[in-house]
Amino acid sequence: MSKLGDIVYKVRSKNAGPFWLTIDVFCGLPEVFQRVSNGLDTDVVASCLQSDADTLKRFDIADLNVVKISIPRPAIQGTVYDRDMHGASFAQIISQIEI
Amino acid sequence: MVKVLIPCGALGLGYDPAALARGITQKPDIIAIDGGSTDSGPHYLGTGTSKYSRGSTKAEWRELMAARATAGVPLVIGTAGTCGADDAVDWLVDITREIAAETGEHLKLAILKSGQNPQEMAQAFREGRISALPAAPEIDEETFAACSNIVALAGAEQVQAALDTGADIVIAGRTTDTAIISALPLARGCHAGGAWHGAKIGECGALATTSPNSGTILIEFDTTGFTVTPMGAEARATPHTVSAHMLYENSDPYILHEPGGYLDVTKAKYDALDDRQVRVEGSIWVESPDYTVKLEGAKLAGYQTVSLALVRDPRYVAHIQEWCNDIQSRCTSKAKERLDGDFTIELRRIGENATLGELEPDGVAGTEVGVLGIVTAESETLSREVAKMLNPYLLHHPLTEQEEMPTFAFPFSPAEMSRGKIYEFCINHVLELDDPMQAFSLQVEEIGG
Repeated sequence: MSKLGDIVYKVRSKNAGPFWLTIDVFCGLPEVFQRVSNGLDTDVVASCLQSDADTLKRFDIADLNVVKISIPRPAIQGTVYDRDMHGASFAQIISQIEI
Repeated sequence: MVKVLIPCGALGLGYDPAALARGITQKPDIIAIDGGSTDSGPHYLGTGTSKYSRGSTKAEWRELMAARATAGVPLVIGTAGTCGADDAVDWLVDITREIAAETGEHLKLAILKSGQNPQEMAQAFREGRISALPAAPEIDEETFAACSNIVALAGAEQVQAALDTGADIVIAGRTTDTAIISALPLARGCHAGGAWHGAKIGECGALATTSPNSGTILIEFDTTGFTVTPMGAEARATPHTVSAHMLYENSDPYILHEPGGYLDVTKAKYDALDDRQVRVEGSIWVESPDYTVKLEGAKLAGYQTVSLALVRDPRYVAHIQEWCNDIQSRCTSKAKERLDGDFTIELRRIGENATLGELEPDGVAGTEVGVLGIVTAESETLSREVAKMLNPYLLHHPLTEQEEMPTFAFPFSPAEMSRGKIYEFCINHVLELDDPMQAFSLQVEEIGG
C-alpha cells in the first residue's frame, strides 16, 4: 500500500465554477495510471470528500494518464463556511488515500 | 484562416513583453483577452468591482492598446473588471478614455453590457425561461431582487455583434472565457468545433504550453481545425500540454457548454507539427434547439468581523479544539443574552485544520495555533459588537476554572478587523432567449483625439 500522492506526478484541485470542484490526478506513467485507475475506489474518494457517490463524476483518461474527479463543491465557493476560495487544498485529501 | 492572439490568461496577470511583440509580428486578425472570472469569489460580482489594481490594469491595457494600434486589428476584452458587471465595464471604459486622452489616439469603442434587470429575471423565472444547472442552489422569484448584480454570460453571437460595429476596441461585460476568441473565427466560417475547442485551449494564454508564465499564445483557425503556437521564446506546445488543458477548471474534460450548444472533444486528435506547435482536428460543435445563456448572481450574505489570536502555550495548543469549542459556546450564549439579531461565531484553528475543516484527514497542531474568530451577523454593528464580546475570551479564557488567568498573543490593536459586507453566489442557472441580443446591450462611442 502507498499513499496516492507518493506514487503520482501531481494531484491538482481547482474550482470548476463556484458550484463544482474538480480534482485531476496526473499519474505521469501509463503503469502508474493503470494502478490508480484500477486501485482508486470511487466510493472511498466520495467518502473522503463527504460527497455523494451518485453526483460524483469520474473520468479515467488513458491518453493523458489522468484520473479526473468532479463533485459539487462541499461548500459553495465564498459562502460563510467555505474555507478555500480556489479549492486548491482538496488535492491533499485525495493524496492521502491508500492505493 | 483567422489568427487570434491571446496576450495572457487575464488582464492584470502580466505577460512576457517579448512574447507579445513576437505575436504582433505574426499579423493576427484580432487580439483577445479575458478580464476575469468567478474564481476569485463572490465579492467582485457582489460589488461590481475589479480584483486587480487600477494601476496595473491601466499599465497593461495601455500596452495592449499600443500593440493593437501596431497590428491595426480589433482588441477585445471579455468579463471586464473581474466580474463583468456593468459598473466594472464602466470602470474599464473610464480607464480606456483616460489612456486615449493621454496618447491622443482616436478610437471607436464598442461597449457590450451583460447586466440583468432583477424584475425582468423574476418575470423570466415565472415564465419558465430560467432553469437550473447541476448543483444549482434553490431559487425563487425573490432571489433576483436580493442580488446586487446579476450578469448573463455572452457567447460568440454578442461578441460578433460588437465586432460588426467596426470598433477598434470591444469592452465586454460578462462573456464566456471562450466567446471572445471563437467569435471572429466563427463569423468567418472556420470549423465550429475547432473554433470553440481552440478558444478553450487559448483562454488562459500560455497555460496550455510548457511555459505558462510567458503568457502569449497564437491560435490559427481554419475550416478543419486549429493550430496552437506559443509566442514565448522557450515555450512549447505539445499534444500533452494542449489536450491536458481541457481538464483545467472544467468538471467534464470532453464537453463544454456554451450559449447555443456544446463542444464535444471526445474524438479530437492532437498532433505535433514540430517540437513546439500542435494541430488539432476532430472536435465537434453540437447546436442546441434552444438558445440559452448562463446567469450569475451575487447577493448580500451578511457583515463580517474577524479577529486573530495566537496560541503558543503547549498545554493550550494540545487542547486547542476543546478551548475553541468552549469559547464558541460561552460567547454565543452571552451575545444572545445581551444583543438582538442573528449572528454566528466560528473559530478556525490555523495550523491544525483551518484549510479543510472536517475533511482534514490528519490535522495535528504544531508549535502554535492561530485562532481566527469569524463573526457573521445581519448588520455591521452587530458583527462588531459580537466580535468585541469575543475579544476577552480570546485574550484570557482558561482551560479550567482552577488556574491562573492565561493571556494569549494578538498581532494587532484593535484585534477586530471589519470585513464589511460579504456576498455569496446564489444563481447557477440558464436563461432561454428568443434572440441572442435580447439580454445584452451594445453601444458605440468615439474616444480620444
